[in-house]
Amino acid sequence: MSVSSDASTRAGTPTPPRVDGVTAASIRARKKLRNDRAGYLFLLPWFLGMLFMVVPFFASLYLAFTDYNLLNPPGWIGLENFRTMLGDAKLHQSLKVTFVYSFVSVPLSLAVALGVAMILNRGIRGLPVYRAVFYLPSLLGGSVAVVLLWRYIFGLDGVVNQFLGWVGVEGPGWTSDPQYALTTLIILHIWTFGSPMVIFLAGLRQIPALYYEAAAIDGANRFQQFRSVTLPLLSPIIFFNLIQSLIASFQTFTQSFVMSNGTGQPADSTLFYNLYLYQKGFTEFDMGYASAMAWVLLVIIALLTGLNFVAARYWVFYDN
Amino acid sequence: MSIINSQLPETPPDDEDTYLERSAGSRRSRFTRHVLLCAIGVVMAYPLLWMISSSLKPSGIVFTDLALWPSTWDLSNYPRGWTALSEPFSVYLLNSFVIVTLSIVGNLFSCSLAAYGFARLKFAGRKLFFALMLGTLMLPGHVLLVPQYIVFAKLDWLNTYYPLLVPHFLATNAFYIFLMVQFMRALPTELDDAARIDGCGPFRTFWSIILPLSLPAFATTAIFTFISVWNEFFTPLLYLTDPQLYTVPLALRQFVDSDGQSQWGQMFAMSFVSLAPVIGFFIAGQKYLVRGIATTGLK
Repeated sequence: MSVSSDASTRAGTPTPPRVDGVTAASIRARKKLRNDRAGYLFLLPWFLGMLFMVVPFFASLYLAFTDYNLLNPPGWIGLENFRTMLGDAKLHQSLKVTFVYSFVSVPLSLAVALGVAMILNRGIRGLPVYRAVFYLPSLLGGSVAVVLLWRYIFGLDGVVNQFLGWVGVEGPGWTSDPQYALTTLIILHIWTFGSPMVIFLAGLRQIPALYYEAAAIDGANRFQQFRSVTLPLLSPIIFFNLIQSLIASFQTFTQSFVMSNGTGQPADSTLFYNLYLYQKGFTEFDMGYASAMAWVLLVIIALLTGLNFVAARYWVFYDN
Repeated sequence: MSIINSQLPETPPDDEDTYLERSAGSRRSRFTRHVLLCAIGVVMAYPLLWMISSSLKPSGIVFTDLALWPSTWDLSNYPRGWTALSEPFSVYLLNSFVIVTLSIVGNLFSCSLAAYGFARLKFAGRKLFFALMLGTLMLPGHVLLVPQYIVFAKLDWLNTYYPLLVPHFLATNAFYIFLMVQFMRALPTELDDAARIDGCGPFRTFWSIILPLSLPAFATTAIFTFISVWNEFFTPLLYLTDPQLYTVPLALRQFVDSDGQSQWGQMFAMSFVSLAPVIGFFIAGQKYLVRGIATTGLK
């Protein structure tokens, strides 16, 4: 910048008043106002959208303490909904289903995603083809068509049991036996490992080859390289994937709904938390209870996420 | 323009080349890796291939003929499946298509405006709002469900497309805002300065400078919106009860209610019809998808 423009803004130099009484300060203030106004205008749709999220957020907290069926005005019943939840065996079952599903399928699918990403990252011909084949299922996994397909692949005479028959194993009734129905959905989740895989792949490519060379010179074998170079440098991405997958898996709905045709059968073994919430809120129209359920799940998810953030201090490594 | 191009965030070196360059290990270890990856690939692709193959077989042999290449062909599954439900399948396809198109328009419009505001403008409270926006990334949507349903019911919007569309016009999906913010932040600020000197206000700068340069981010947003709205099951299930308004996923579910053996082939045929647009978009837009999830961890 030129010297003259610096001089006029140098601190301590009093700004001479203009003829029409407009000072530099007031010009700046007006400019700021204009900037503010432009910013708010651009954010206008978002502000309206936020209103549409913030108000329902608190409204559902209020409804959690009421008895409401959409026809009569909500009536305050204090902690009654939560007291009912304590004795609601179906609710406990749905919590169990959701926890088992999340805690088994999320680590498994992330492990598979990381493993395959590492094989791909070692450099291989035809990478785009492999990546496409592995990634596509994760775009389809939540669709009704694929869950329907799963019902039949795992049916009593389904493809899976026929394959098992070839190797001399008598397959169970995957979708009709309460012991196995959830397993079927866990396998479906693992089948969609493609999207965390692509994120891992991008993360792996950020690790400088130099680190591996240095480790190799120091005599580290491949496992040691994985433990001391790959894992620490990839840990922020693993952490990110873990949080995202957990939050999503706790809200699983389509899979359980289509698999059991909305019932959570057999023997409530696929009664996911959100499916039960849907039954309570939108088939029985017990909206107070559904809101209370929603808040309990929110608190569970928040606690788990918070716990993860605390634990992250011990295993997530930030380079900067 | 060369300066601009070199600073764009979306120019990773071509995958194939760099990977070949780093291709590591002995010939045997490379062979082992290919075998392993092919095996995984077969397992991943088999269910989809089986679905396509089953849609071409007579329903009676779907579960006895395991071969992917049908021993007996039955193409009639497609025309019969098309008319098997209460409405012809074209009605559901058209409904889904209308909803998806409007959702894409809404997301591109509202999220790009918000993203430009966050990424390029300075105004009071920007940091606070941005933090709030990031907070909604992690907010589980099920908490909002009941009150939103009540609002839509009071507005008399049940059994209309408004509950499915309006949220998209209000930038409620923070993922897309975040994706566009990341992209716009990487564009050089000199562009804005130059535009201002030339007399452009913020709207003109957005429309004539930033928007054309952000088209890759728009493409990513559009493709992700397409796939997620096309597959969306819960919202239509909640709000649509009139079969004439059904989207494709709601329609497909009706095949379960009529669980007769005679319908298997037709069900798989219509399942494939419902997945084909997603697969098509995936093949056409793979570049944008991979880039999108690599930069934001979307989905």
